[in-house]
Amino acid sequence: MKSEPAILAEGLQKRYGQTQALAGLDLRAEAGTVLGVLGPNGAGKTTAVRILTTLLKPDAGHARVAGLDVVRQANQLRARIGLAGQYAAVDENLTGVENLEMVARLYHLRGRVARQRAQELLARFDLLDAARRVVKTYSGGMRRRLDLAASLIMAPPVLFLDEPTTGLDPRSRLSMWDIISGLVSDGTTVLLTTQYLEEADQLANQIAVVDHGRVIASGTADDLKRQVGGERFEITVARGGDLTAAIDVLRPYSQGEMQIEAERRHILVPVAQGAQQLAAVVRDLDAARIPLDDLSLRRPTLDDVFLALTGSTATVEPDNQQQRGAGRPLARSNT
Amino acid sequence: MNMVESITRPPLRPVERPRFIWAISDALTLAERNLRQIPRIPDELIFSTIQPVIFVLLFRYVFGGAITGTGTSYVNYLMAGIFAQTVIFGSTSTGIGLANDLQRGLIDRFRSLPMAKSAVLTGRTLSDLVRNAFVIIVMWTVGLLVGFQPQGPVLNWFAAAGLLLLTSFAFSWISATIGMAVSTVEAAQSAGFIWLFPLTFASSAFVPTQTMPDWLRAFAEHQPVSLIVNAVRGLLLNKPDFTTIWQSLAWCVGILIVFIPLAVRAYNNRTAR
Ligand SMILES: Nc1ncnc2c1ncn2[C@@H]1O[C@H](COP(=O)(O)OP(=O)(O)OP(=O)(O)O)[C@@H](O)[C@H]1O
Ligand SMILES: [Mg+2]
Repeated sequence: MKSEPAILAEGLQKRYGQTQALAGLDLRAEAGTVLGVLGPNGAGKTTAVRILTTLLKPDAGHARVAGLDVVRQANQLRARIGLAGQYAAVDENLTGVENLEMVARLYHLRGRVARQRAQELLARFDLLDAARRVVKTYSGGMRRRLDLAASLIMAPPVLFLDEPTTGLDPRSRLSMWDIISGLVSDGTTVLLTTQYLEEADQLANQIAVVDHGRVIASGTADDLKRQVGGERFEITVARGGDLTAAIDVLRPYSQGEMQIEAERRHILVPVAQGAQQLAAVVRDLDAARIPLDDLSLRRPTLDDVFLALTGSTATVEPDNQQQRGAGRPLARSNT
Repeated sequence: MNMVESITRPPLRPVERPRFIWAISDALTLAERNLRQIPRIPDELIFSTIQPVIFVLLFRYVFGGAITGTGTSYVNYLMAGIFAQTVIFGSTSTGIGLANDLQRGLIDRFRSLPMAKSAVLTGRTLSDLVRNAFVIIVMWTVGLLVGFQPQGPVLNWFAAAGLLLLTSFAFSWISATIGMAVSTVEAAQSAGFIWLFPLTFASSAFVPTQTMPDWLRAFAEHQPVSLIVNAVRGLLLNKPDFTTIWQSLAWCVGILIVFIPLAVRAYNNRTAR
């Protein structure tokens, strides 16, 4: 049997009034891999996820997930996917355990199995202590974990995560990354959307950069970074310091062409594994007695990707998108 | 036991049952969920119970002495109107609850599950029916405390309660339609209520219609709330009037026939976006 990709979308289109949310979107994720869908606000990430999870019908194009057509076989498909949407969809007035048991029962699990499954997931997501508290009292990170737990009730082979870490503090974000990596190493196919290149880099095998409803670049994180320029040191030599000497010191570290702006006394050095070389660079510059105003290690951001791919920065749309978002616990926090 | 393994490879098999059985079971699961919430948002239930209690006290003690021509003590006359108004107002929680679930993304969660699609609406209307049954019991008790004396066979009283519950269920579907047709919870709240004031006050719920101006009286005597109130009043005061009972039943069934499909359509339109 020829193995079909776990997620395959071809030419998806969706229009809302004047807005073309999706303009012929193609996506593909092989079974057992992570596809990162990277894009700014309004790019169409959520719309794509909603179509792939059967919540929305496309105007044109078609998609198959886990071998099933998202429109014609929607009902069967729902038993095989998990969805954790952009905003945690948990019932604030129920406790954690009640939320999970309700979802498990709606998946038509037997009562005893439903209860057992809820306990397992609460334990796995570190929510046992809070299990009998109403969700209203949960932090944003806890809600996200509970929402993810709900989407994992059936241990679905394909999982959709719409901006799983937006609005989380750095620690919760790391713990979410751990959880996702764990799922993937167990064989789950994951599609996750994100606004952070770093996150896609950490988690995804393949990345699709989406803008205005279509994919404008795709490949591995390394592919993208080659286009964008990867990590780099940004160094500003203090007035009176010898710029040429500094360039000589930095040359061995450079993985490509250094960019030099003489009048700003600014040097950009493309590097690999910059963090590990930071100390050595500082030492060498110090030994050469070159005074610095500034030295930093920069990783490419979504903006850099867009700059490289489209020549303009990611256009952040005014947040007119949905009143549905108003009053939800997880306010969108865009950087 | 290895935890990670339990996450991805448990023997999880859904139970196979005929679809309509699952439609009922899913509706009950959601109804149970809605009912569980009630004691956790006590202000909502308290408010929706205190309001009719205040109406009882106001009408009974402020207007009661001035209103004549009721053919019985005013409190006996009043209670049928209070019951009807309470369940009709109470049914607005259907649309508000649905709009809330939609806004909080819960309906998306439900729609991503392989559950019966109908259960979101039927679960909500069922739980509001149970809630209204509870409120009727509370109002009955309050009525007895201020001198309400139902008459005739107990069976008639149960028939009256049955008619009130049917009314509650029918108006819940109107409320569901409104809740899915407007775009916010706040709109669901006001749009759900506003039209009920003229409907319940321009009726025989609190005062006899004889003293109303002709045009109003024509409306008040033929609109469904008056018919329901008259039917309930007859049953509670040992003067059952089969004409108004049949007319009320017909109205309720008619509302259900019209508004169940409308609510389903509004729900589908709303969630297709
Ligand atoms: N229900 C809707 N009605 C009208 N327009 C919509 C609706 N949903 C999305 N849109 C529009 O479609 C476009 C794509 O929206 P979408 O939510 O898919 O973007 P996104 O990439 O998920 O953005 P974000 O990062 O802000 O979540 C936006 O311009 C948005 O305003
Ligand atoms: Mg989105």
